[in-house]
Amino acid sequence: MSDAADPHGPYETLRHQEETTIAGMWLFLASESLLFGGLFLVSLIYAHTRANGWAAGVRHTDLVIGGVNTVILITSSAIYTLAVEAARQDHKRRAVQAAMTAAALGLVFLLLKAFEWSKEFKEHLFPGTHFAITGADAGGAQLFYSFYFLATFLHAVHMIVGTGLIAWICLRAGKVNPGKSWNTSVEIVGLYWSFVDLVWMILFPVLYLVGRT
Amino acid sequence: MTETPASLFPERSYLWQDGTLRSWLLTTDHKRIALLYLVTITVFFATGSIGAALIRLQLIEPGGMILSDETYSRMFTMHGIVMVWLFLVPSIPVTFGNFLVPLMLGARDLAFPRLNLLSWYLFVASGLLVLYGLFRGGLETGWTFYTPLSTDYTQGRVLPVVAGVFLSGFSSIATGVNIIVSIHQLRAPGMTWYRMPLMLWALYATSVIFVLATPVLSITLLLLAFEHIFRVGVFDPALGGDPLLFQHLFWFYSHPAVYIMILPGMGVVSEIVSTFCHKPIFGYRFVAWSSISIAAIGFLVWGHHMFVAGTSLYAAIVFSMLSFLVSVPSAIKVFNWLGTMHGGSIRLDAPMLYAMGFIGLFTVGGLTGLFLASLASDVHLTQTYFVVAHFHYIMVGGMVSAYFGGLHYWWPKITGRMYPEMWGRIAAALIFFGFNLTFFPQFILGYEGMPRRYATYPEQFQVLNVLSSAGASILAVAYVLPLVYFTWSLFKGARAPGNPWAATGLEWQTSSPPPTENFARTPEVTSGPYDYATLDRLNRTAAEEAPHV
Ligand SMILES: [Cu+2]
Repeated sequence: MSDAADPHGPYETLRHQEETTIAGMWLFLASESLLFGGLFLVSLIYAHTRANGWAAGVRHTDLVIGGVNTVILITSSAIYTLAVEAARQDHKRRAVQAAMTAAALGLVFLLLKAFEWSKEFKEHLFPGTHFAITGADAGGAQLFYSFYFLATFLHAVHMIVGTGLIAWICLRAGKVNPGKSWNTSVEIVGLYWSFVDLVWMILFPVLYLVGRT
Repeated sequence: MTETPASLFPERSYLWQDGTLRSWLLTTDHKRIALLYLVTITVFFATGSIGAALIRLQLIEPGGMILSDETYSRMFTMHGIVMVWLFLVPSIPVTFGNFLVPLMLGARDLAFPRLNLLSWYLFVASGLLVLYGLFRGGLETGWTFYTPLSTDYTQGRVLPVVAGVFLSGFSSIATGVNIIVSIHQLRAPGMTWYRMPLMLWALYATSVIFVLATPVLSITLLLLAFEHIFRVGVFDPALGGDPLLFQHLFWFYSHPAVYIMILPGMGVVSEIVSTFCHKPIFGYRFVAWSSISIAAIGFLVWGHHMFVAGTSLYAAIVFSMLSFLVSVPSAIKVFNWLGTMHGGSIRLDAPMLYAMGFIGLFTVGGLTGLFLASLASDVHLTQTYFVVAHFHYIMVGGMVSAYFGGLHYWWPKITGRMYPEMWGRIAAALIFFGFNLTFFPQFILGYEGMPRRYATYPEQFQVLNVLSSAGASILAVAYVLPLVYFTWSLFKGARAPGNPWAATGLEWQTSSPPPTENFARTPEVTSGPYDYATLDRLNRTAAEEAPHV
């Protein structure tokens, strides 16, 4: 029974199980894209109908931190693909190294994001009674910051989950026999990590660039 | 692996293999999870029914019998929220879907057994949150959470209920992912797509909606909660938000969700009609693809909920036409069921009675839907009891009938016991009669202009309201009956053979109840679905050989 999966599970072979898990992750990501899709739709509508306030909000975001974070995340995603490739070739040590680098970059992203949030809290940019932007554009700008905080928070939650998943992969690799499906796990987490990266690629222009000039 | 037929060892079935509570709560067996769900949604069905009973009690008198206006609003909201989110949406997919998908595919389990268990825990948590909100004061928004009702005007507990519904969405998504991936990946050797029973096609279509529509509801509810907590105008007009935007997003999920609440029922009816006519389903491929097209078109019709909300006329015309389009695949199903029954020798056991009830009531519900899909008559009928009657004919007359039909049909497979057939037929007839008495008068009430959601009404409507309430009390008795005799049958019912209905389908080729691993040997599929000719030939051969054993 060397290449067979769990005899009580639904699979005849491990390969079958691996394929199926990858399919499941793709489907889950399709669902996720509609979650973020709904958010983007509402943002686009308000960026259009409340254009002035929205732009006022965009101008208050920190382009430097946002830009740096974008570069960090792209780099992290790219490095993770090296882990996937290494895992495919059974170079476990190299795979773990690359995965850990990717996770570390993810942590840097989260730290920078937290710093950015605390700065914004201090500047009273969180929607509420003492909101910093006043005048005709106040309502639209509050709306912008609602989306800003909700979207970046949701994205950060996904980042934390992703970092956790990568940590789990690395821990499993440390054990003597991490199981044959380890390579597939690396691949599946890679799908998820790229998706989180992709979401940021849409968030960045919507929250930092559109209407800045 | 042992080659001995598992049917010789009924005590080795999934039910009794390990009887500890712990083994049930940590199970990853799809059959046990189906039973966990069955018990859970029965509790929610009872809770929602209490709300319905109080509503019908209140409306016996024009001035209202027992409830204050506010309590009445909270009661119909409770009824709607519990019935839609905690019963109808999960109902057939999480019970029969969970139980049958692997059996019908010839697999040992769903693709992701642990995810399946997780979905149950999510569902229980979401149910507890909703019930907490409802019993700590409730809310008066209706099941749709429309703004500004859910923001400015509510005194109630919107947040825990919204959080609960939000959470239940993830349970649905998990179930949907599991069913879709299982159907793609776990079909037994020889089980091609066109050899699958129609139930699987229906569940596949339902799951597509679970996976692709539910997340839009999730994000909408998240925005609603954000608005509620931080007072920013996303949807609330008083804060500068757009209430129509909420309705667009809400119905983008909730119209497809209407098909979550009917497609699985159509799957059940297809199975039952074929079995009790002992004939293959007429136009199998059309019925299969009509499920997919109902799901697909369902994503494009949400605007018909907003004809009088101030959307543009052109949008309304397009949405109206698209809504009419849905009736085509729905009618294909009805005609093909009738075509199957035509000329067949129909056995009228309880499941078939429910299935026939479904066909009749769904047809009435579907045809009255056309009045609401066309702009001119909708302006007159919207917000009246006509709408209430229409969707109850679909949801209760259709889906709940199918649910009960399925329960009777697969009860022997699930429990290994036969229910008392006589009582089954009596309950089916009572449900049909009680249902029509409850809801048919509401069509007339609505046509005559009685608005929905009010705790009182003008005196001229009393006769029809009393009739409706009388029907509801019959319905209440009729729903308690199966609970009693099903429980009785668990202990005293006759032992069920593997295939009590002489049905096709892989689930009937294993013992009742099935062993934990479902099949002693992975089945090989060599012919199409509903192949009664082969089944009968095998049975004849078995009968001829029997004396020699
Ligand atoms: Cu609709």
